[in-house]
Amino acid sequence: MDSLEALVAQIQGHSSSLEDLPLLHNLLKQSEDLLQSEGPRLASYLLQLEPSKHSLGYLYILEAITSAPISKEQVNEMVVSAAAFINACVAEQIRMAPDKFISLCKKLKEQVILLETPIRGVAPMLTAVKKLQPTSERLTTLHPEFLLLCLLAKCYKTGLRILDDDIFEIDQPRDFFLYCYYGGMICIGQKRFPKALELLHNVVTAPMSSMNAIAVEAYKKYVVVSLIHHGQFSVHFPKYTSSVVQRNLKGFCQIYLDLANCYGTGKISETETCVQTNRETFEADNNLGLVNQAVSSMYKRNIQRLTQTYLTLSLQDIADTVQLNSPKEAELHVLQMIENGEIYATINQKDGMVRFLEDPEEYKTCEIIEHIDSSIQRIMTLSRKLNTMDELLSCDPSYLGKVGKERQRFDFDDFDSVPQKFNI
Amino acid sequence: MEGEEEASGAVIDEIYSNGGEEKRRPIISGEQLDIEAYASLYSGRTKVTRLLFIADHCGNSSMQLEALRMAYDEVKKGENAQLLREIVQKIDGRLGPNYGLDQAWSESVDRKAEQRKEKLENELNAYKTNLIKESIRMGYNDLGDFYYAHGAVGDAFKNYVRTRDYCTTSKHITTMCLNTILVSIEMGQFTHVTSYVSKAEQTQEGLEAVTVAKLRCAAGLAHLESRKYKLAARKFLETGPELGNNYTEVIAPQDVATYGGLCALASFDRTELKNKVIDNFNFRNFLELVPEVREIINDFYSSHYASCLEYLGNLKANLLLDIHLHDHLETLYDQIRRKALIQYTHPFVSVDLRMMANAFKTSIAGLQKELEALITDDQIQARIDSHNKILYARHADQRNATFQRVLQTGSDFDKDVRAMLLRSSLIKHEFNAKNSRKL
Repeated sequence: MDSLEALVAQIQGHSSSLEDLPLLHNLLKQSEDLLQSEGPRLASYLLQLEPSKHSLGYLYILEAITSAPISKEQVNEMVVSAAAFINACVAEQIRMAPDKFISLCKKLKEQVILLETPIRGVAPMLTAVKKLQPTSERLTTLHPEFLLLCLLAKCYKTGLRILDDDIFEIDQPRDFFLYCYYGGMICIGQKRFPKALELLHNVVTAPMSSMNAIAVEAYKKYVVVSLIHHGQFSVHFPKYTSSVVQRNLKGFCQIYLDLANCYGTGKISETETCVQTNRETFEADNNLGLVNQAVSSMYKRNIQRLTQTYLTLSLQDIADTVQLNSPKEAELHVLQMIENGEIYATINQKDGMVRFLEDPEEYKTCEIIEHIDSSIQRIMTLSRKLNTMDELLSCDPSYLGKVGKERQRFDFDDFDSVPQKFNI
Repeated sequence: MEGEEEASGAVIDEIYSNGGEEKRRPIISGEQLDIEAYASLYSGRTKVTRLLFIADHCGNSSMQLEALRMAYDEVKKGENAQLLREIVQKIDGRLGPNYGLDQAWSESVDRKAEQRKEKLENELNAYKTNLIKESIRMGYNDLGDFYYAHGAVGDAFKNYVRTRDYCTTSKHITTMCLNTILVSIEMGQFTHVTSYVSKAEQTQEGLEAVTVAKLRCAAGLAHLESRKYKLAARKFLETGPELGNNYTEVIAPQDVATYGGLCALASFDRTELKNKVIDNFNFRNFLELVPEVREIINDFYSSHYASCLEYLGNLKANLLLDIHLHDHLETLYDQIRRKALIQYTHPFVSVDLRMMANAFKTSIAGLQKELEALITDDQIQARIDSHNKILYARHADQRNATFQRVLQTGSDFDKDVRAMLLRSSLIKHEFNAKNSRKL
C-alpha cells in the first residue's frame, strides 16, 4: 500500500545522517500499528532495505514480521535472516530502540531452541550482546539469554568470555539474578569454582523484597560448591543480605544444609549415606553430579590436612586415616593431587612412603611481581570508581533532600551546610 | 633438688630419666581417702554435703557406709529433719538399729521449728511496725539463719537478700554478703557468688584480712565452676594465710592449695607459674599442707614429666570425690598433659618419639595421635616423620605467608567492592522504581 511504500522511502532517505535519525524514530513509532497489520507483505519490502545502512527501519520491520506467528517451514529462514541482521546492523541505530531489538533476539532464541540446535544462536547472541551494551560494564537483558544458550549448547568457553567482564550497572534486577545464576553454572562446568562462588554469592545476597526461586536454586548450588572449593560452609549470612532471605532461605534448602553438616564431620561414610538417602531430591534439582564431586573432594581435603602434620607417612597410614580401601587407592589419589598441583609430595614406592614437601613458591619471580602489580592497578581503578560514585551520590537531589530532613538542629550555624531549599 | 654434682653424663641421664628413678620422699598418696580426717577439715552443712557426695560416688560399700554414718551423726547435731530422712533412706538399715529413722527426734525438731518460726515472724512484724532499721535487719537475719539450719536454702537466701535494704554500716553489708555467698554456694548458683563478692569488696571501709581471704576463696570457687581456670587460679593464689581454719563452712586450706595448684598448672604459662606459684611466699603455707601438689608443680617446672604425671594419676581417685573438682578434673588433667607435651617439644629442633613416649608412659602410636591433635590445633609448630619416628620443629616462613596474605586480601577487597557497587546499583534501581510508582 502507499503508506508502506512511503515509509520504506523515508527509511531509505533518512537513515544516513545522524540528525534525521530521531525524526525517523518517531515516525517509525507512529507507524507501528501500520506495520503490525501488514504482516505477510512486509517480507518483500524488507528486501529493499539494507541492514547495515538502514538498521533502525530494518529492525522495526523485522520485528513486526517475527512478532506474528510463524509457520514451521519459515522458522529456519527466520533464524537465518535474524542472524544475518544482527551481524550486519549498526550499533548506534539499534540502541535507539532497545526493546525492539531485545524482543527480536528473544524470538531468535526461542526459535533456535525449538529447532533443538541452540549452538546456532550462540554466535549471533554474542554479537547482539556486544552491540547492545553501551559500555562493557552494563548488564543488558540479553546477557542471561546468551548465557542460557551457551549452557544449552555446552559452549562454556564462549560464555566465560562474557563473564570475565565486570558489571557495574544494571537495568533490571531480574536480568541480574538470571545472569549470575547461569554464569555460576557455566563456571562450575568449567571448574572455575572461585568465580562461581562469587556469582552465586551475589545472587543470594542481592537486595530483594520477596523470596525468589532463582535465589533458592542458587543457594543450593552455592552450598555444594562452597564444600568443594573451601571444604567448609558457614551458615551465617553476611549483614547486607536482605531480611527476607535471612528468614526464609534455610527452610527451602534444609537437605543441603544437612549435607554440609555431614561433610563438616569429616566422615566419608556418613556423608555418603546422607547423599544416598536424599538422592532423589538431588537428582530432581539436577545437582547430583555436583554433590558427587563434593564427596570425592572430601578425600582430597583429608589428605591435604595430613600434609600439615606429617613430613613422611606410609601409604597404609594414609589409607587408614582417610578411610580409603587400600594403599593402592591412596597412591592413586595422592598421584592425582600431585599432578593437579593441589599438594607437593614425592612417592617412594620401594618403602611405600610419601614425603610431603613445602610449597616451592618463593614469590621471587617476575611473574609474581607482575601479578602483584596488576592487582594493585586493578584495585586503584576500583577505588577511583568508588570515589566517583560517592561524589555523584552526594550531589543527588533526593539524597540531599533526605539528609536535610533528618538533621538535628542545635545551633544557628548548623543551618549553613545544606542549602535552604532542602530544609523541610 | 636431686644430686647434680656428678659429671655431665649423669646430667644427661637425668634429663632422659625425667625424674622417674630419683629417691622419693615417702609421700602419702594414692591410698584410700581417710574419711574421718577429710571430714574433720570441714564444718556445718558443707561437711554433710561432702560426705553425701563421697557416699554417692565412691566405689566400695564400706567407705559408703562410713561416710553415711558420719553424715548421720553430723545431721543429728543440727536441726535439719528433711536431710536426716534422706540420709536414712540411703543407709537403708545397713548400719543397724541405731541409725534408723528416729521418729521422736524428727517430730520434736519439727515442732520446735514451727514454734521458733512463728516467734521469729511475730517479732519481725513487730519490728516492722516500729520501723527500727537495725531490728528489722536482725529479724531478717535471724529468719535467714533459721531457714538455713533447717535446710530451706532458697528461703534463707531470700531473707538474707532482704536484709540488704536495712544495712547501715559496712560491717552489716559484709555480713550480709558473706551469708548470701555461703547460701549461694550451697545452692550451686555461682553467679550470685560473683556479684556478692564484688559487692563486698566495694565497701568503703577496709575489710579485715580474714574477710578478704574468705571473699577471695569464694570468688575462686565461682570461677572454677564457670570453667575460668586462669581466673580461679589467680584468686586462690591471692588468698592470704589468714584464712586458716576460719572458712571451714565452705572450704579447707588444703582445698585452696589443691584447687589453686591444679588450676595454675592447667592454665598458667611458665613465667606466671614461677612468679605466682613457686615464688609465692603466702601460697607456700598452703602448699605445705598438700605436699603432693607441691611436688607436682615442682616436677612440672623442672620438666620431670614422668613423675609429675604419676603423682597426678595417684591423686585422681581421691580428687574425684571432691564436690567442686569432680566435674572439672578431666578437663584440668587433659590441659596439664597437653601443656606438658608442648613444653617438652618446645626447646628442641628434633625429638625422638620413642624417648618421648617413654617419658610420658604411652605407646608411640598413642603419642603420635596426641601430637597430631596438638599440631592440628596449632599448639605445636612441628611435623612428624612417621617413617623414622621423629618430630621436627617447623617454623612458618613469614615472608611467604605475608605474600600469600597480601594476595588474598587484594582479591577479597576486589570481590567485596565489586559486589557492593552492584548492590548499590540494584538498590538505586529499586528506589527509583518506588519513586516513579509513587509519582
